[in-house]
Amino acid sequence: MSSVMSIHPSGPAAVSEPPRNLLQRFSDRLYLQPRLLLLLLLTPPLLWFGSVYIASLLALLWQGLYTFDDFTMLVSDTLTLSNYVQLFDAANFDIIVRTLLMALSVSVFSALIAFPVAYYMARYASGKTKAFFYLAVMLPMWTSYIVKAYAWTLLLAQEGVTHWFIELLHLTPVLNWLLSLPGIGGNTLSTSNLGRFLVFTYIWLPFMILPIQASLERLPPSLLQASSDLGATPAKTFRHVILPLSVPGIAAGSIFTFSLTLGDYIVPQLVGPPGLFLGSMVYVQQGSIGNMPMAAAFTLVPIVLIAVYLSIVKRMGAFDAL
Amino acid sequence: MRSDSQTSPAASPWLKLAAWGGLLFLHFPIVVIAIYAFNTEESAFSFPPKGFTTEWFSVAFQRQDVLEAIGLSLQIACFATLIALVLGTLAAAAMYRHSFFGKESITLMLILPIALPGIITGLALLNGFKAIGLEPGMLTIIIGHATFCVVIVYNNVVARFRRTSASLIEASMDLGADGWQTFRYILLPNLGSAMLAGGMLAFALSFDELIVTTFTAGHEKPLPIWLLNQLTRPRDVPVTNVVALMVMLATMIPVSLAYLLTRDGDSVAGSGK
Amino acid sequence: MTNAVEFIHTSRRFGDVTAVDQVSLKIAEGEFFSMLGPSGSGKTTCLRLIAGFEQPDDGQIVIHGRDATGLPPYQRNVNTVFQDYALFPHMNVIDNIAYGLMVKGVAKKERLARAQEALELVALKDHGSRKPAQLSGGQRQRIALARALVNRPKVLLLDEPLGALDLKLREQMQSELKRLQRQLGITFVFVTHDQTEALSMSDRVAVFNQGRIEQLDTPQNLYNRPATEFVASFVGSANVVRGELAQQLAAVDAFTVRPEFVSLNDSTNTVSLDGTVTDIQYQGANTRIEVEVGPGIIIAALQPNVLHALASGSAFNSAPDDSTEQALPVIGSAVRIGWQPEAMVALQTAAVSPTNTEITTESAGA
Repeated sequence: MSSVMSIHPSGPAAVSEPPRNLLQRFSDRLYLQPRLLLLLLLTPPLLWFGSVYIASLLALLWQGLYTFDDFTMLVSDTLTLSNYVQLFDAANFDIIVRTLLMALSVSVFSALIAFPVAYYMARYASGKTKAFFYLAVMLPMWTSYIVKAYAWTLLLAQEGVTHWFIELLHLTPVLNWLLSLPGIGGNTLSTSNLGRFLVFTYIWLPFMILPIQASLERLPPSLLQASSDLGATPAKTFRHVILPLSVPGIAAGSIFTFSLTLGDYIVPQLVGPPGLFLGSMVYVQQGSIGNMPMAAAFTLVPIVLIAVYLSIVKRMGAFDAL
Repeated sequence: MRSDSQTSPAASPWLKLAAWGGLLFLHFPIVVIAIYAFNTEESAFSFPPKGFTTEWFSVAFQRQDVLEAIGLSLQIACFATLIALVLGTLAAAAMYRHSFFGKESITLMLILPIALPGIITGLALLNGFKAIGLEPGMLTIIIGHATFCVVIVYNNVVARFRRTSASLIEASMDLGADGWQTFRYILLPNLGSAMLAGGMLAFALSFDELIVTTFTAGHEKPLPIWLLNQLTRPRDVPVTNVVALMVMLATMIPVSLAYLLTRDGDSVAGSGK
Repeated sequence: MTNAVEFIHTSRRFGDVTAVDQVSLKIAEGEFFSMLGPSGSGKTTCLRLIAGFEQPDDGQIVIHGRDATGLPPYQRNVNTVFQDYALFPHMNVIDNIAYGLMVKGVAKKERLARAQEALELVALKDHGSRKPAQLSGGQRQRIALARALVNRPKVLLLDEPLGALDLKLREQMQSELKRLQRQLGITFVFVTHDQTEALSMSDRVAVFNQGRIEQLDTPQNLYNRPATEFVASFVGSANVVRGELAQQLAAVDAFTVRPEFVSLNDSTNTVSLDGTVTDIQYQGANTRIEVEVGPGIIIAALQPNVLHALASGSAFNSAPDDSTEQALPVIGSAVRIGWQPEAMVALQTAAVSPTNTEITTESAGA
């Protein structure tokens, strides 16, 4: 029994391998100290994001407290809350509401168009058809934003494809009726809110399809069989099982449609009626007027709106479906 | 759009119509651009086109400003992709398995540059560059692009890391390979295609990005900015059409390749722009 | 005799959970040693401590007389067969097997020859150029084995390697593993939650519970002389009698008696109890009869099934009809059950302390 204690040497670790070089010893150290490895891996991305991005973002919001002199057009670092207070001026508030309504309606409408595509992809398409659908959604998604926006200026133009089709189908009275509606309409299709809404929906639609498709894909088929086994009609299965379980996907997709619409300033410039959007306001304040403090204050609006939106959809499970 | 059959393999005609209709909607504008690129008319907004020609292609490729814009965009995309590959892969290696304090915040931080509207990212970067006295130009565009491309690489690589069983790394070390050997012989071959796919998507994203670029470009004119400026020049419409078509085709190649590289289970998209 | 592996008061904690709690044990060279226990009992963590995937928070791990504490896995002469096999998906079979030799710098010609040899050892010599994805579960298992064995490890660690195989293949692999172990003379440390597997293959078995070793013994002793209630009921099926009844029958706090040693209405039994039949389960070879001998106290008896049901009609059965003696009681009937005194094994009731484990280890290893 006493031999137990004599067998193990209590000195330094005995290694059978030849002596290890510096690089190998470093590798041993990293293996035995995973925290050190973690630190080494994280340092470059953290440094980059910390110095380039987060610092800039915080500095920007800080700028919103600076004072802009309307007469001299100069910025001074006297701190003031007036820029942030001005956000609630009637004119500025209008901009915020206009943009917010557009972002919400674009999100809802994209979800309506996206759902059947995603549903078909996830439940019925298989093999080649599925791959085709996937690529067919991916490619427009990654296609140049400005090219897509440009395509719509051609489409919506007075002599363009849309008008040609509408005349072909003798639907001109319907279009005119739509354009006469307040809030939606305008003089022409390309200067109406309807036109702008169509372009936004088009550009962000793929961002809605893919998360919904992914969430439907994750539904185990046994769940649907269980539902029909328990006596649910297909319509009831859809309403009580499929739809609720696809909510995280829809919510995840809406993060993109909502946030991307909220901050856009190119599409409002190209299509739709006059009247600024949040993004355009930031751009104008910064670019044409040179009022950086006001522009900075305006960027807080989408940040707050998106933060609120994220906290809502997070409860719907959107983050798990991203 | 309601399907009335989950148990039977056939979709209802309404669902089929809605699904294929959705696809048609997605591709119609792209097809229109392609058609207009071959239009004979000079100020081509009218439909149907009046005739077929390929002359605008040769006109476009003789334009110095077009070539310069393409060259600049390619360079920016290459550098931004390289930086994003390094940073995104490092972040993925750190984040895929370990849980540690602040992990959630780091994920949020990586995703923020594409989750927040481009105008905020753009303005913040412009402001930051001004503060440290960095003149907007190619370098600032690259820094901006690299920042929002990191998450694209990260998403692809972290998905592959998660699919790669942790016991592979243990098996390698168990068989006598140290950290470097395990990285070289096991990790790299398994991550390679995911990194390539992430790189392709980052490249495509950088090549097309407009909003952040407008803030950080200064006097430089990469392709998206060139295109934006063209929209106010009606006389140049045929050249614009041709370049728009070329840009679309150029994006499709890396995106399709990325899809082919990762289709065995990873999702390429999910969160991308 | 040198010990292949030795744990000296080794502990491993994950946060608040102590996965391995002050374990001390010695595994002899050339031994087929099993670590048996339910999931979360610490057996796999012990294996990972030997492999080097985990490092002890307290105590030491000694491998072949050398302190391995603080050594990374690649500096230990032990190899592992993983539960999910962990074959490298981007390499073919032969490159998988040769991997360990490659990273050690063995020349290509030699390592391929040795890999081929290992492939023949597991009877898959024609499968070298396949990718792991093209193999069946059983074949992957053999490749994983060959990949570990080609490095001629001093200790081979097997982490539930048969768990993913179906029953037939599992039985076949059990005898094959045993054959390989005898042939190569390598120490095998085998982790399993399957007690039949552990009993049938091992020289000695350590039964783990809550990070500690409950008992370390030969399979025969584990079954016939379980030290604790946990061992008695985890290894095979057991009746455990406690309290007043235990005092009355055996003058101990608790004892166990295996159901197969319990018989019904047998006058030769020196220990006997009256009770009521509560359940009868037909199990093929045996029938299990549960008898309530006191409020809430159930004792199970296992009777081998004989052919009494067929006896009268079978032309092949010339044996005397013993159905009178073996006839099964009906549920609710009163029976007298009993056993011989030597069938009773006293159990330790208090939790086993590390010191006790040490003593068990010493006595078994001697």
